Amino acid sequence: MRTVQRTVEDRALLRDAATIAAAMIAVGASFGAIAIAYGLPAWVPFLMSTVVFAGGSQFLAVGLLAAGNPLAAVFAGLLLNARHLPFGLAVGDALGPRLRTRVIGSHVLTDEVAAFTLAETDPVRRRRVYLIIGATLFTSWNIGTALGVLLGGATGDPGALGLDAAFPAALLALIMPSLRDRAIRTVALTGAAVAVLLTPVLPAGLPVLCALVGLLTLVRRKR
Amino acid sequence: MMIAAIVALGVGTYSMRLGGVLLRGRLELSDALQRVLAMAAAALLAALAGTAALMAGTEFAGVARPAGVLVGGVLAWRKAPFVVVVLAAAAAAALLRLAGVP
Repeated sequence: MRTVQRTVEDRALLRDAATIAAAMIAVGASFGAIAIAYGLPAWVPFLMSTVVFAGGSQFLAVGLLAAGNPLAAVFAGLLLNARHLPFGLAVGDALGPRLRTRVIGSHVLTDEVAAFTLAETDPVRRRRVYLIIGATLFTSWNIGTALGVLLGGATGDPGALGLDAAFPAALLALIMPSLRDRAIRTVALTGAAVAVLLTPVLPAGLPVLCALVGLLTLVRRKR
Repeated sequence: MMIAAIVALGVGTYSMRLGGVLLRGRLELSDALQRVLAMAAAALLAALAGTAALMAGTEFAGVARPAGVLVGGVLAWRKAPFVVVVLAAAAAAALLRLAGVP
């Protein structure tokens, strides 16, 4: 039965999805434009946005591909994307038991999908949140990529729009409810500090994975 | 070679996504372990937010971006709606840059 409460929650979810989708279109456009500016053929950004579908690794990989280093593009991209395995472990239950849903749903697992799904505590709604956010982001990212390829440099500088501040703020907003729990806050802030400190010295991707040492604060608490 | 590299990156990334999801389905996880997994994901997301807010590559990201994220973070802490947090963070960073702040 469709209750009033559920309609209100759905409307809020769609509004949040639209917010992040607008930002994804703009950043996707800058990705498409950068790939073309590097002199790569137009199919490269399209293939990446559909087959890889992980923004950070795509920016990294087009740079390395343009520099004529495809092997480095693969390894650096995979290192950056390794965090999706723990994300799958943490939110994979939201996809339910059906193999087909899990096989298709896995492809749209991103940082934002993990964050939105974790922020939803109701087990029935988690699946809805995961799939709606995943589908919205996949669509908007690819629309953005196409716009960037078509319009090139005319898409504008994402920095001038402050989009580089929008994504970290969005992640922060999504994990904020769990940060109100003291144990989670200690784990997360320790992990974030470790990652920031290691960023200047480790290759991209590894510092974020090192944030998992934040879990060690739990061991100390229990003793 | 380029197409092979992109497909390899795509297949590898998908394997890690699917691997985590399928593994989750196979394991009988206690409530305590489920909580630890959620914490692990929160730590990774906090690290992503932290590094993306403060760092550009291996250098510091300047002033405008961290300041924008801080504005968004304070609003999020005060339970402002998601749309407001995201727009305020972007607007703060954009306005600071317009004013010549790096």
